[in-house]
Formats: sequence, structure tokens, C-alpha cells
Amino acid sequence: MEPGVKKRAPQRLQIYKAIHPQAFLLTAISSFVLLIGVWLLLSTSGVVNPIFLPPPQAVLTELFVQLGSSEYWGHIGISVFRVFSGFALACAIGIPLGILAGTFKYSEAFIEPLMEFIRYMPAVAFIPLIMVWAGIGESSKILLIFIGCFFQLVLMVADLTRRVPHDLLHASFTLGASRWQAIDSVLIKAIRPQLMHTLRLILGWAWTYLVVAELVAVNSGLGYTIMKAQRFLNTEQIFVGLIVIGLLGLITDRIMAYLNKRMFPWA
Amino acid sequence: MSQAARRSIQDMGFEDKASIKEAARPVQQSATRARIEIQGVHKRYVSRKSTFEALRDINLSLGSNEFLTILGPSGCGKSTLLRMVAGLDEPTEGQLLIDGEEIHGPGADRGMVFQGYTLFPWLTVRENIEYGPKLQGMPTLERRSLSNHWLSVIRLEQFAQAYPKQLSGGMKQRVAIARALANRPKVLLMDEPFGALDAQTKQEMQEMLLEVWEREKTTVLFITHDIDEAIFLSQRIVVMGTGPGHLAAEYEVKLPEGRTADVREHPDFLALKRELSHLLKH
Repeated sequence: MEPGVKKRAPQRLQIYKAIHPQAFLLTAISSFVLLIGVWLLLSTSGVVNPIFLPPPQAVLTELFVQLGSSEYWGHIGISVFRVFSGFALACAIGIPLGILAGTFKYSEAFIEPLMEFIRYMPAVAFIPLIMVWAGIGESSKILLIFIGCFFQLVLMVADLTRRVPHDLLHASFTLGASRWQAIDSVLIKAIRPQLMHTLRLILGWAWTYLVVAELVAVNSGLGYTIMKAQRFLNTEQIFVGLIVIGLLGLITDRIMAYLNKRMFPWA
Repeated sequence: MSQAARRSIQDMGFEDKASIKEAARPVQQSATRARIEIQGVHKRYVSRKSTFEALRDINLSLGSNEFLTILGPSGCGKSTLLRMVAGLDEPTEGQLLIDGEEIHGPGADRGMVFQGYTLFPWLTVRENIEYGPKLQGMPTLERRSLSNHWLSVIRLEQFAQAYPKQLSGGMKQRVAIARALANRPKVLLMDEPFGALDAQTKQEMQEMLLEVWEREKTTVLFITHDIDEAIFLSQRIVVMGTGPGHLAAEYEVKLPEGRTADVREHPDFLALKRELSHLLKH
């Protein structure tokens, strides 16, 4: 090799460069370890009062205590039920409406400006109204989750539908598809993987609205356990509630990501 | 491009130059009936501030089983013209006919291969080919043997179960051609289908297309800005000029059938290429 010509080593951190799945997993785990490490340090060194920040081992113990009680599983069950009911309702109405809004300009004009308008009203601000309308039963929680998800979902699905390459649609027309056949065999088919992605996002919001719904006038659910724990300054239990909600979210998200890969290998 | 010309390259120089009007008349009208007729088509885009004239007075006929190429620089409106035949665009003035009936909107009788990749990514290669026939309600078994036939024509049998994302650009366009032809259209419209391919693949695709055309005797309306491609493939070439898009000249390509890569060395090929290059430069 010529003197002065240095062989350039490939850079470790390359933009967008794929890494080994194991390296990815290890890095992901390390961030959790780091978080717990900082937590451990802060709570055991006595810098922070354990009433504000209980040590992780105390939270872990509390977690197992709670998971050992059938009452807690009841809270988990009712929360999951509320989230999925509100979410399913939002999907059942929002997805077809979104596809319609993304397909025809007239339906876009009819649906979207209205949705945009309502979208800017904070879902949480609906709570007093919801309580007047639906009382404090199950339907009020489901309704809040529905309001939190529905309007966004319609707009996002409409956008997905509009972004299907127009030439795919044209190709189907030149192959003899009618308008409805094109919607059925091209538009709906084309948006599926992206739609799944959108649903994952929306489901995350559903969990957020669940907790909001359960902070007011309820006596069941994970949000309620958190509220109750706060009343008794039981921070361990607050943490347990947060972690359980986080885990439930993570699990459903992973399941949906897995389904996406399995159902749409072509994407 | 004022000097419009119509000649066959075999007797180039012996025939008189013809006017544009005459050039626009189909060469083989007596031999075969016209499949597609484009009559006095204009296209203008009108906005509040200005009017843009994209196409001016286009008259053209395409005979049954003919392979006609519209050759022109980018921006001459050739794609717009093809999209009108497909029914994906409307003329401002004039009319387009297929088998004597006016064209309104797209239909299965005019199959199209697009410049970009338009295979349905969620369908396998086989399902893509079967898409049109399935819409028409063809029974599964019949469909299966039809797609088998086309898979072998485009030599992608081993990719029947593959998804488009697993295919190279050339393979994708082969499937797109098969998908269009499996639907038995009266005319195959091709909008620079090989424009995005590398030179080598492009030539292979052209040879395959010719083979298919000679075997199936389909009617093809092909769009390109590539002179070599136009001569190699076509029986007839219509040259378009810009500002606004118009038909400038017409040539009959009398190279032998069963053309192979060697035909590119043929003196007639080279002579026509020289003439077309000259024409397109102006």
C-alpha cells in the first residue's frame, strides 16, 4: 500500500444500517437495565425519599403480591375490556368511514373538515358531558375511549387510502375492475399493512384514555388502583399500576407487530 | 420538424415525401380494419391565468394486430395521448374510438403496461396474472392453466408464488405484460414500459415482447423516446413533436419478422435510425 494512503475502517454507526437482531435486543435490554440502575441508585442511596420513589425491589415485591390476588386480575380484566371495547367500536365505524373519506372527494368534503374540527376538542374535556349523557357506568368509559380514538382514526385511514399509488388503481381499471371492485380489490388490500400500523398507534392512545376515564368516578380498573394507591400514599402500588399498563401495552403492540409480519409478508 | 415524411425504409429515397395529413392515415387500412381511431383530438389544460395546449389535432389509426410506436421527446404529450386511449384521460376536443365505439373511461378491452411498477404487491406473481380473469369470473381451474401458460411465456414459472418485492425490475415488467395479456385485451397499451431498466435487460425485454407479439398477434400501441427501441419493435412509427404536441411524421418499418438483436446492424435499421435522430434533434 502506498504510504500516506490509510485504509478507512468502516464506521460502526452508519445511518440506517441494519444490525444483527441479537445486537438490537441487547441494546434494547441495556436501556431497561440503565433505567432500573438509575432508579436503584436514587432510591437506595437515600437521595430521594422512598415515599416518592420506592426502591425497585419493593415495587417488584408489590407487583407479585398484586398479581397473586384475584382482585387485581379483576381490575386488569375490566380495564382490558374497556380498552378493547372502545377501540373496537372506534375501528368498526372509523375504518369504513376513513376509507370512504379517502376514496371520493365528496365524502372527503363531507367528513374530513368536521372530523378535523372535533379532533381539536380534547377528549378529556368531554368527560363532564359524557357523565351527563352516559352516567358513570361502563358505557361512559368506553365512550371516552371511543371519542379519543375515533376522530383521529378516521383522518389517518383517509390519508392512508389517498396515498395508495394511483397507478395501481389505474392498472385495475385497465384490467376490467369496476369502481367498487377497485375499492375492494385494490384500495382496501393496499392499505392493510399501514392500517395495522395505525391501529397499533391508536391502541396506545386508547390505553391513555382508559386511565383518564378510570381516574374519575369508578371503583374498578387499573386507573382506579392507581388513584386509590395515591390516596394512601402507596407509591409502590402506583408504580405497579404503571408497569402493568406498560406491559399490557407492550404485549398487545408486539402481538400486532407479529401479526402484521405474518399476515402481510408481501409488504 | 416541418418536413413530414412517410416512407418505408426499404425503398427509402425512392418514394415522394407525403404531407402530414397523408402521413396520419393508416398505412395498412386496406389490409386490416382499424382497431383504434383517434380523430381530431386536442388537449388543453385551462387554468384561471393561462391555457396550456398539450396536444393539437391528433389523427391516428391503429390496425388490428399492428405494432405501432409513438416516438417523441419527453413533454410532447405522448403519454397523455396513450392515457386517453386507455380512458384514463379525456380529450378536450375530438374523439377516440375502439372498434368504432367511442371510448369512455378505462376497460378490460384496453390492457395497459405502465412506466412505473404497478403489480399488486399483495398478490403473488400468479395471482397478479390471474387478477383480470378472476374479476371476469373465470373458473379457478381455467385460470390456473391460463396463468401457467403466461408464466411459461415470460419464463418465470419458478417465481409463481413470489411476491413482486422479490422480483427484479425486468421481471416485474414481464409479469405486468403477462397480466395485461392474460386478460385478452383488444389492444395492449405500453407507456415506456422499459424506461427504468438497464440497457441489457431492456434488450432482453424487447426481444421477449416481440416474440409474444408475433405469437399472440396482439395489437400494440407503444410509447417511447428511445429510437432504437421504436425501430426494433414496430411495424410503424409515428413521430411526435412538441409545443404543442402534434404528429410530425410517420414511418413504416419494413424489417423482417422474427427480428433478433442482429437486426440492429441491418443497414435499413441504421438508415432509419439516422433519419429519426435527425428528426428528433429539431
